[in-house]
Order: sequence, then C-alpha cells, then structure tokens
Amino acid sequence: MTAFIALLHRDLRVVRREILSFLLRVVLNPLLFTFIFGFVMPRMGIIQRGYTDMLLPGILGLSMTLSSMQAVSLPLVIDFGWSKEIEDRLLAPISIVGVGFEKIIVGVIQAIIAGIVVLPLGWLLMRVHLNLTLTDAIHFVLVALLSSWLFAAFGMVVGTVVSPQQISLVFTVLLAPMIFFGCAYYPWATLHVIPWFQYAVLINPLVYANEGFRLALTPQMPHMSSWLVYAALVGFSAFFTWAGLRKFESRALD
Amino acid sequence: METVIAVHDLKKTFKPKGRKGLEVKALEGISFEVARGEFFGLLGPNGAGKTTTIGILTTRVRPTGGVAQIEGIDVAVDPVSVKRLIGVVPQVNNLDRSLTAKEILLFHTEYFGVAKQERERHAKELLERFELSDRADEKVNGFSGGMVQRLKIARALMHDPALLFLDEPTTGLDPQSRRAMWDLLSELNTKGLTILLTTHYMEEADQLCGRIAIIDHGKLLSLDSPAQLKRSVPGGYLIELQVRGGGHEPVLNGLRSLPGVVEIKADHDRVRIYADRVEGLLANAMRLASEQNVMVTDAHVSEPSLENLFLHLTGRSLRE
Repeated sequence: MTAFIALLHRDLRVVRREILSFLLRVVLNPLLFTFIFGFVMPRMGIIQRGYTDMLLPGILGLSMTLSSMQAVSLPLVIDFGWSKEIEDRLLAPISIVGVGFEKIIVGVIQAIIAGIVVLPLGWLLMRVHLNLTLTDAIHFVLVALLSSWLFAAFGMVVGTVVSPQQISLVFTVLLAPMIFFGCAYYPWATLHVIPWFQYAVLINPLVYANEGFRLALTPQMPHMSSWLVYAALVGFSAFFTWAGLRKFESRALD
Repeated sequence: METVIAVHDLKKTFKPKGRKGLEVKALEGISFEVARGEFFGLLGPNGAGKTTTIGILTTRVRPTGGVAQIEGIDVAVDPVSVKRLIGVVPQVNNLDRSLTAKEILLFHTEYFGVAKQERERHAKELLERFELSDRADEKVNGFSGGMVQRLKIARALMHDPALLFLDEPTTGLDPQSRRAMWDLLSELNTKGLTILLTTHYMEEADQLCGRIAIIDHGKLLSLDSPAQLKRSVPGGYLIELQVRGGGHEPVLNGLRSLPGVVEIKADHDRVRIYADRVEGLLANAMRLASEQNVMVTDAHVSEPSLENLFLHLTGRSLRE
C-alpha cells in the first residue's frame, strides 16, 4: 500500500507540474464547442436555443472520458514503445497489477479534475437550467466515477496494444468515430429515426457515459434508462480493466 | 559462506510475439551461486544470455524452467519481496524523465516506504558523493552518459539494498568515466555490498570481480576466479597465425613438436598455438611455415587473459 500511495504521489506531482498544459487540453475543446454551438449558431438561428441543454452532458462526458483515457494511454505508449521508463516504476516493491491499478486511479483523478473545470464552465456559458435533486446528484457522482474508470481502463488497453507509430492512427480511426457516434451531440433516443444506426452505436462505450450524464444532469430530456446505463458502464469497465491489466502485465514482463 | 543468490538449471525461451519469428533459447540451463559480499561477474558477448539472467534475478523476466532464488526467496514466486532486497542498475536509461535528479532519488525511496527525513538525508549524501549536487534540481534529459549512469546507481542504492545488480554498467562510457565507475563499484563492494555485474569487457571482469561466470549461447562455460580462469588456458600464452589458403596440415604437425607448445587449434585460415612460453616460438613457427610454403599474413602474440580463455572455449573472440 505504501508503494501504491507513493506511485500516486509521483504521478500527481507530474500532473501538478504540467497543470497549465493539462487545463489547456481539457478546456479548449469544450470552450470552442460551447462557443460555436451554444452561442454563435443559436444566434444565427441555425439551431434552436434549447440545443445547449442536450449538449452540456455530452461535452462534460467527452471531456472526462477523453481525459482519463489520454492520461493512461499516452504515457504507456511512450513507456513501452520507446523510453522503457516504466521499468523505473516496476522496480518499486509492488506487484505489476498494483502498478497497473495505480495508473487507472490516476486516470480517474485526472478525469475528475477535468470535470470540475468543464462543468461550471459549460454551465455558465450555455446557461443550462440545472435543477439537481439528490437522486440526480447521486446519479451524477456514480456516472462520473464509472465513466472515468471505464475510459481509464480502456486507455490502458490502448496504451499497451498500440505502438508509438500507430498513435495518430488511433486518434483518427478509433477515437474520431467513437466521439461522433458517441451520442455526445444528440441523445440516443433521437436516433430512432435511423433504427439500424441506433442499435449499431450500442457497441460504443462512450454512448453510455454520455447518456449517463444526460440522465443525471438533464433528466427532463430524452435519455437511456438507468439500468442499461449502469449495466453497460459496469460491464465495459470490468472487461477493459481485466483486458488492460492482463496486457499490462504481459508487456511489463518478458 | 552464506549464499545470497542461487540459480539452478535456469532456462528461458522467448516465444515469438507474432506468428512469424523464431523461438529464441536465451538460457539453456545455467547454475551458479553467489555468496554474501562477493563481487560476481557474468562475462560473455552480446546475446550470450547475461541480460536475461539478470532480468530473471531482478523479477523482470519470467523463467521458463529452473529456479532462481535471492536470499532463499524464489523470484518467480514472490517478486515483491525480492524487489525489497535488491538494487537494480539496468542497461537502458529508464530514469524518470518527468522528475528532477533529486526527485528521482526521493520518489524511489518513497516507493520503498523510507521515512521522509531519512530520504532527504540519503539523497543529499548520494548526490554529493556521485558529484551530481549541482544538477540535482534539473531533469535528466541533458545529462551525459556518465551522469545518467551515476544517477542510476545512486537510485539503486537509495533504499539500502543487500544486493546490487548492474547490467553492462560501463557500456558507452569514456575511459575516464569507466575508471571512475570501477573505483566506485570496488568501494561499494569493499563496504560489504554483494554485487552481480554483467559485462562484455574482459578488463572490467578481470579488474573488479572475485569470481566470473563465462557464458555464451545461454550456457555457462566456465566459472572461477579471474586468476584461475586465466590459468586454465592451456599454456597460458597464445600465438595466432593468419594463413593463406588450406593445406597447412604438415605445418601443424611440425608446430606440435616445437618446445613449449601445449595445444594447437586450427581452422581453414587461422592457426592458434597455445604455449607455456613464447621465446623463439614465433620465429620457429614462421620458419616452419615458410619451409612448407604456407604464407603467414598476420601473427599475434598475447599473454594469459580472459579473452584467450573465451577464444579457447568458444573458438570466437569476445569482440566478434
């Protein structure tokens, strides 16, 4: 446990040191998005003013999940593929799986920081009417934690499978479709107009994160049922954690 | 003598990652023991299995067969307990590039649960001792090879390990830094630290190690003190002749009867004469060759050395 906390301490020191670039990475995208979709386009009359209510949960979901995924995957790709720096951490008196778990926790913490920054920002800029009940708040905390965990674990799978040469490919081939088909910019229920597409996107874990945030923040809007959201978030988390740690161990040991 | 490292019939086969590629037998049953306080060397050319052996002992590589124990603990069964006992200086630069030199030392000991005051004290002491104090608050990206190496050793010593493992610690260092590194390692050993080092430099093994295991192609060829190993080369001295073309059989027969010659080894263009003295031998050998019309294009005489032993055991030079 001592080693685990010390590893966490080390990673948070590094996060703190790079806090400016971290904030820029986390804030810029939602800020631009909010400006165009929440401010410019409604004024042009291209989209309805109420659209921002639909948008806020998705923006928050994207910021948190992508933060935790990047926080775990990018350092791993560099460590395993190039610098071998991970061996420094592997000398610590802790099991390999313990080191992997610590990486996931760091991803979750970074996602929470991202959420804490993006939520008030989006809320202020988009002027969404949030009316959180206690149940909504509990949903919000659960969805936030589960989604962060899911994508931290997913980041571990990506980070241990992908080589440094392929990393830009991952962003275009894997991440872009995930984001566009992730129900961030539209509620899943509205996809019923294209039934095959509505069912096809269900393989995308991002759908459940965004729908979960919708369920918690804007329950008045159409959203997926809570049992489906939680079942999928827990299921995907368990699967990616298992797969990620397994692959992490096999990459860490020869 | 108390045994601290025990390796018995250790085997490692690397399976190919993809469908293509071949299995690599890195270790084919290596056994040795190291006593507390020893300076032990694994000597062999690149690819001999040295790094694999050290990898298994430091819990980074899983053995395919055999047993490796540190202080009686099986490394494959309880790697975490083993990690507490050992300091590791790997061949690659795996220093934490996100941290400064001082932070690297401090965090490393924090992983091992050393109290804060003790960490600070020890880091300051080691930075001073390894002449890194004035760069302590810099990240390591701009560090020279020698500085990186010293910091890696400082990191390995921060949690006061009972054993120190070094994988090719002086590869890539200039002669001056190498000499300084040798002094440092000897000093650590004199103070009681058990050290296991791998190297492909014979001088290094010869100079530093109390005992040396010579390995090649995953097999242990010979194990003894440097002096004993050198003595085990037939005769001790070696005269190497480079000859043109084949058909030098009559010359070999002549050479065998020369005074001082202990053993002759020959392949198609090279003749190795092991002898217990060299006075006049080279001249005699040249005369014999010229009488038989065999052309000698190069001749080399060397004193008893580990290089000669390696050559004798494997037919190859360590440098090849």
